[in-house]
Amino acid sequence: MSMPSITGEKVALLVLGCPEVPVQTSIALYLMHILRKKGIRPIVAGTKAARTLLDIADIDRHYLGDLVDLDQCIGEIAEKRMDADLCFVFIHKDSGISYAATMSSLLQGKVYALVFGDKAQELSQQITFSVGVITARVTHNPTPLKNKIDALAGEW
Amino acid sequence: MGCVEARRCEVLASQVTFAECREYITTNFPEHYEVEPGFHLFDVYIIGVPPVYVGIEGEDVIFPYTKPCHGTFILRAKGAGEEAVRLRALKTDKTKTKKR
Repeated sequence: MSMPSITGEKVALLVLGCPEVPVQTSIALYLMHILRKKGIRPIVAGTKAARTLLDIADIDRHYLGDLVDLDQCIGEIAEKRMDADLCFVFIHKDSGISYAATMSSLLQGKVYALVFGDKAQELSQQITFSVGVITARVTHNPTPLKNKIDALAGEW
Repeated sequence: MGCVEARRCEVLASQVTFAECREYITTNFPEHYEVEPGFHLFDVYIIGVPPVYVGIEGEDVIFPYTKPCHGTFILRAKGAGEEAVRLRALKTDKTKTKKR
């Protein structure tokens, strides 16, 4: 798979883990919609299940850009073959925090942690590194998370 | 990931938090090195919340391995002499790793 390279184009990376919390796919598509309106190209790095859900939901690619394997993406970034102006890490379990810390350490751009699910508050308290944190204790209703994204979107 | 699985690493702990992982390695392995997230080991890139530690015991390398759906595991790769030598050699390069 060819990987996106560092170019002059503004790029946002969305990092998705296991899609077991329903709001993840919905918010990812909504966020890509907002980014596209701002002329920012979204790239999704995720597990196979997370990518497949998005691929089928947006079969005509109205919102989606490149879809890349999560492990492969980490490698490309670590080897400085890929960068992003913005990064959104979707977090609903402890492993998501590890990915957010890694992205914060490796990427030049601003990193946001989108924390959701039943353990959202507990997880967000563990984020002690320098990222923007957006927290909403939601599993099925994406609206509170959407509203918080809308409030931040002016920064991008 | 393939190399890690092909090695049949011993699983020392599973579904641990990054804080538990850090404590386990620093407590149980006097020889351990701090690496940056994204550090390349075998054919994987180590991810985690800094400080991230990799332990060495003889020719065994002990390291955290995170799978997005299953959390973080602590693995022991036995007979990983080449990687152990590389980690020890990097200890003077503080941008890559430092011995604790």
